[in-house]
Amino acid sequence: MNIQVRPDTAPASSTTVRPAIADCDIHPARKGSKDLYPYLAKRWHAHLETYGGHPYQGMMSGPPYPKAQPNASRRDAYPPDGGPQGSSLSFMQQQHLDPNNVALGVLCPLNTGQGLRNQDLSAALASAINDWQIAEWTGKDSRLKASVVVANEDGPAAAAEIRRRAGDKNFVQVLLLSRNVEPLGQRRYWPIYQAAEEAGLPIGVHAFGFGGNPITASGWPSYYIEEMVGHSQCQQAALSSIVLEGVLERFPKLKMIMIEAGFGWVPSLAWRLDRAWARMRSEVPDVKRPPSEYIRDHIFWTTQPMEDPERRDHLFDVIDWIGWDRLLFATDYPHWDFDEPSRVLPAGVGDAQREAFFLGNARRLFGIAG
Amino acid sequence: MSRHVIAPVEELPPGARKFVTIDDRPIAVFNIKGEFFGLLNRCPHQGAALCEGPLIGLAQSSNPGEIEYTRHGEILRCPWHGWEFDIRTGQSYCDPRKFRVRAYPVNVEPGSAVVKGPYVAETIAVSIENDYVVVDL
Repeated sequence: MNIQVRPDTAPASSTTVRPAIADCDIHPARKGSKDLYPYLAKRWHAHLETYGGHPYQGMMSGPPYPKAQPNASRRDAYPPDGGPQGSSLSFMQQQHLDPNNVALGVLCPLNTGQGLRNQDLSAALASAINDWQIAEWTGKDSRLKASVVVANEDGPAAAAEIRRRAGDKNFVQVLLLSRNVEPLGQRRYWPIYQAAEEAGLPIGVHAFGFGGNPITASGWPSYYIEEMVGHSQCQQAALSSIVLEGVLERFPKLKMIMIEAGFGWVPSLAWRLDRAWARMRSEVPDVKRPPSEYIRDHIFWTTQPMEDPERRDHLFDVIDWIGWDRLLFATDYPHWDFDEPSRVLPAGVGDAQREAFFLGNARRLFGIAG
Repeated sequence: MSRHVIAPVEELPPGARKFVTIDDRPIAVFNIKGEFFGLLNRCPHQGAALCEGPLIGLAQSSNPGEIEYTRHGEILRCPWHGWEFDIRTGQSYCDPRKFRVRAYPVNVEPGSAVVKGPYVAETIAVSIENDYVVVDL
């Protein structure tokens, strides 16, 4: 047992002010299971207490794999006033937003009830979590911006929620997850893309989800470490589907952000797609341009977790292909694989690229002036 | 080199750890089954407060299927990314050539020796009849 004689150490104070950054993947948590009740019709209180939620994934009493740290979060991120990591705005401000000079923080709530089999419940929970984000987070700290959480398996309900939030400056993106009932390009999801395009909101596709399909393309793995690397496979499948089903041809103004699945794999996927498209384009005539062009025009990538190759020029080669204007810095606070902004980028990056990487790209994409 | 009195021994029982700042350096002192260790409280990977992590053992495999769990309570696991460090040496297990956390020698000294100096004990009232945990910087 570890007994702490002095319970905590204050973060080292620094006299130099860090440059302002955007953090495009922050996870706010709920203090308890009833936090959403003020935003939910009474009917659903009773429903949740009687039946609970019911995801597509079977035999699930918790996350599909145990995580590397409690709640998959930093051990130093428990708020001193109790509750799980990420559940206290004041502690998030004190531990992360203020010392790291976060000028723009995008909230990506997880475990929200997106994608439940009871789609009315899913839609009610999604709307509640959106109200909760405004009441508890963005309304109390103007640096924070919310995601429109939607009942992703119910296209019309999801589109209605997006239209309800359209024009509300608290929201900067629509949030989907990578693991769904079907690959994300399929037409059941098109109403979401249509509504997002109309609202001028990019779609963020965050790793995870409980669509019922195995976590890797070859089945359910044994270890959490396999789940972690499986996220990039899943994003590749999701992105291939989005491109090859013609989503980006159909919704030409749509922007998408691939969140928390790395980006080192992007060039090779694009090369493979282009090669296959050159030979089999007659199968997907809706896809009028080489897939790599759609990817470069429409897709942004959050940085965390960044690939960390032994030779930094390999990382720079990948970013040069993707574009320095396409990466959005993210820490994943308060999750355990948090990236520390001052340590994340190797030396050798010019000032303009650094500014774009840490702040400029996010401000342009989300339309938020400096 | 300077020597700093951290605490009376009874304030740091086995299993306890104490965080101090000496010369602007965040340091944690651990009592592990009666042995004392001091480490810089900053992970050399991304700068987390390393010493707030849990103490675990070392899971190693000499052959596939044969797993040994040794050094119980002597491996410090970073609260962020889970990198493992040997509390005795500060050596990292994931990249021992590149990453090491600074380790500081910790001793227990009798009050009579501590009173004589050359120790620095700014916040601890030292009495001759007690033993004290001392860090060498």
